[in-house]
Amino acid sequence: MIRRIRHRHFVAALTTLTGLLWSFGASADWTLNMRKGVTSISQEVYSLHMIILWVCVVIGIAVFGVMFWSILHHRKSKGAQAAHFHENTVVEIVWTLIPFSILIFLAVPATKALINIESTGNSDLTIKVTGYQWKWRYEYLDEGLSFFSTLEAKSNQARHLRSGVDVATVDNYLLDVDNPVVVPVGRKIRFLTTANDVIHAWWVPDLGWKRDAIPGFINESWARVEKAGVYRGQCAELCGKDHGFMPIVVVAKEEADYRKWVEEQKAAQAAALQADNPDREWTKEELMAKGESVYNANCVACHQTDGKGMAGVKPIAGSPVATGDVADHIDVVMYGRAGTAMAAFSQLSDAAVAAVITYQRNSFGNVAGDLVQPSTIKTEYR
Amino acid sequence: MSHSHAAHDEHHDRAPSGLMRWVTTTNHKDIGTLYLSFSLLMFFVGGTMAMVIRAELFQPGLQFVDPQFFNSMTTIHALVMIFGAVMPGFVGLANWMVPMMIGAPDMALPRMNNWSFWLLPFAFILLLSTFFMPGGAPAGGWTMYAPLVMQTGDAFPFLIFAVHILGISSIMGAINIIATVFNMRAPGMTFMKLPLFVWTWIITAFLLIASMPVLAGAVTMLLTDRFFGTSFFSAAGGGDPVMYQHIFWFFGHPEVYIMILPAFGVVSAIVPTFARKPLFGYSSMVYATASIAFLSFIVWAHHMFTVGMPLAGELFFMYTTVLIAVPTGVKIFNWVATMWKGSMTFETPMLFALGFIVMFTIGGFSGLMLGVTPADFQYHDTYFVVAHFHYVLVTGAVYSIMAAVYFWLPKWTGHMYDEKLGKLHFWLSTIFVNVLFFPQHFLGLAGMPRRIPDYNVQFADWNMVSSIGGFMFGLSQLLFVYIVIRCVRGGQKATAQVWEGAHGLEWTLPSPPPYHSFTTPPVVK
Repeated sequence: MIRRIRHRHFVAALTTLTGLLWSFGASADWTLNMRKGVTSISQEVYSLHMIILWVCVVIGIAVFGVMFWSILHHRKSKGAQAAHFHENTVVEIVWTLIPFSILIFLAVPATKALINIESTGNSDLTIKVTGYQWKWRYEYLDEGLSFFSTLEAKSNQARHLRSGVDVATVDNYLLDVDNPVVVPVGRKIRFLTTANDVIHAWWVPDLGWKRDAIPGFINESWARVEKAGVYRGQCAELCGKDHGFMPIVVVAKEEADYRKWVEEQKAAQAAALQADNPDREWTKEELMAKGESVYNANCVACHQTDGKGMAGVKPIAGSPVATGDVADHIDVVMYGRAGTAMAAFSQLSDAAVAAVITYQRNSFGNVAGDLVQPSTIKTEYR
Repeated sequence: MSHSHAAHDEHHDRAPSGLMRWVTTTNHKDIGTLYLSFSLLMFFVGGTMAMVIRAELFQPGLQFVDPQFFNSMTTIHALVMIFGAVMPGFVGLANWMVPMMIGAPDMALPRMNNWSFWLLPFAFILLLSTFFMPGGAPAGGWTMYAPLVMQTGDAFPFLIFAVHILGISSIMGAINIIATVFNMRAPGMTFMKLPLFVWTWIITAFLLIASMPVLAGAVTMLLTDRFFGTSFFSAAGGGDPVMYQHIFWFFGHPEVYIMILPAFGVVSAIVPTFARKPLFGYSSMVYATASIAFLSFIVWAHHMFTVGMPLAGELFFMYTTVLIAVPTGVKIFNWVATMWKGSMTFETPMLFALGFIVMFTIGGFSGLMLGVTPADFQYHDTYFVVAHFHYVLVTGAVYSIMAAVYFWLPKWTGHMYDEKLGKLHFWLSTIFVNVLFFPQHFLGLAGMPRRIPDYNVQFADWNMVSSIGGFMFGLSQLLFVYIVIRCVRGGQKATAQVWEGAHGLEWTLPSPPPYHSFTTPPVVK
């Protein structure tokens, strides 16, 4: 009886598993290999990968072939008598030299590819990539354009424990952002990578490389995207709690479309700058409204929607900083707290800093009542 | 030979009994047993964390743990498995076998031997207690990269001191082995007659002495950066975060070989025994081990190709890295040549040794691929790397420890283990370890980064397969505990030689061997 019940449980578990595998099979593919990508580098890396892979497969078949032949034929149960040889200088020299020459054969294309990857000169445009916990900032140095790129809202809602959202219904779950980095097709782009807080790594598999973003260092790499399209990647260096939630999206556009995008972005940034004018007097309502959106884009990942923080993150609700002297509060937001996860946010605009502080002092049950004007930030903290 | 002394020894040395016997023991066999039992316990502690990781990764979306705790799981899983399971496992084997293999009564420094073991439980109490501290357990990865590790909460100094204590324990263990082998060999036991397990352990001991202080230095600099205002690794203070990685991996790469060289020694003992044929190319095995140890000090930066080194540096580390394939290849060829024209049987230790040779080589192949810098720019920090180092550490190091336990358990206990169950354990482990780790190659190539708690649905299929393999592999290890406990308690009596093809001094002693292995040195021809 017990055995039969167990058996039935086992069958049920197996059916559930098969069902689960099947349901993902519909939306996913059983990918096996590296993708060829869309740059000369990625294609060179792909063919290098395939060469080494096949060299390994051939060596493996040869060595394991001999071993398994021996296992099948030289066994005691078949009456095999053990021989007594235990060295042979010629054989030993030969099987030292053969792997050595295979390595030299591999080193030639590898060296060529590496020299190509490191040739960052003669670029057409430069994009500076800065890693933050947990978002990316892109600066188009030739255009004076810059923006942040964070996890897209739907993924961000679905990703939490007990979010109640089926992640299979979210398009490009965890691989979509609010502001993708847009690049022109066919131009040599130089990427400068650095970081603001901890080490991150910028990786888009279709470009063929990843490069660490390290505070205090500026690393150079390059790509020439050959085909218009959307290419997705992720941060590849553990950078803390939300390491898995700071994707990268590269949109490659034809030259004309790219120019059009640049002009639109410039216009939008000018308008935003106008709206963020730090020299005018802001009302509390304006600061609170802006503060909420800044909070949701920058603070909520750690301090949470209720301002109560989480393990290792101080709460804002009822905190001595958010209810005490406003100068301390501005200090923490502008410069961060060394030795903790609280980063500096001086990269935000004057209005954004002023607004988010005002918002924090008058939300989550905090009733400091005071407000910070953008002009204070501009004149006293810049 | 020393049978007559055995009974006499039993009396006057086992004075304290019960718990105090184990706390105060200076006997190499007791300490070996302590190390091996501790290693097994830590294997299950670290394994439980692996089960949490695989449960969370079973499906996309977060189901069980929050991302911070997930990061603690990967961090502590690695520290526990490396410093708690694999390294003490090999030290335990060395404690048991080195004196018996060289014809000595005990280790050269028995009191230090006791201390180097008893430091371990305290180091792990420190480390594991961090789960209950504000800010949680360390979650910056076992590599403790600055500046991320600076964000660790109250656990930070506990992490550093745990690493310090582990380092002290390892260094003392290493000194002991060198002192023993250099001073206590039986007459006629010249260096080029030493069993390869002893040879690989001497070389490992030198690697430990050379590399552990470097790790201690690195973590001490982290400590002063955090508490005493230095800026070794803080860019804002004029320091260099990349320097931490250079120092860490200057320790870290030799550390990798610390975990695999003794495994080579174990396999070199088992394969000739069950092929009933002497080891092929003994001296080239010794030279290959020494070459690997030397190369391990000049390849470290291959762990950090993506930090942005100059081209010349990348080329140097690529060439030296792929060069390791040559001496490693020599070892594999020698084992295959040992089997060639042998008279093989396939008891459990041999099965694990053969599994080691095949699957460690798979890990070696992916290591060669990772060593090629341009390709590494794609593989680095993906599941391809996770697959690679689990092939060399689980089906490499852990498999060799299991092979060694099955091989020497009859010697240690005087009983044969259950061969049928042993073979079942091998086949269950081997099937599921491949279901667990092989698909991780595909995940990495498809673009899944490592150390993430959640992923896009395109990675769902292989993750589920991998998790199923993980759960089943984990369960199969309970069988191992059962087999070992049953063998300790009783079973068919083992002869002194145990295995038909066994050669070497340890097999001349009765099973179980007398308390002080060789009270009169044997003469080696």
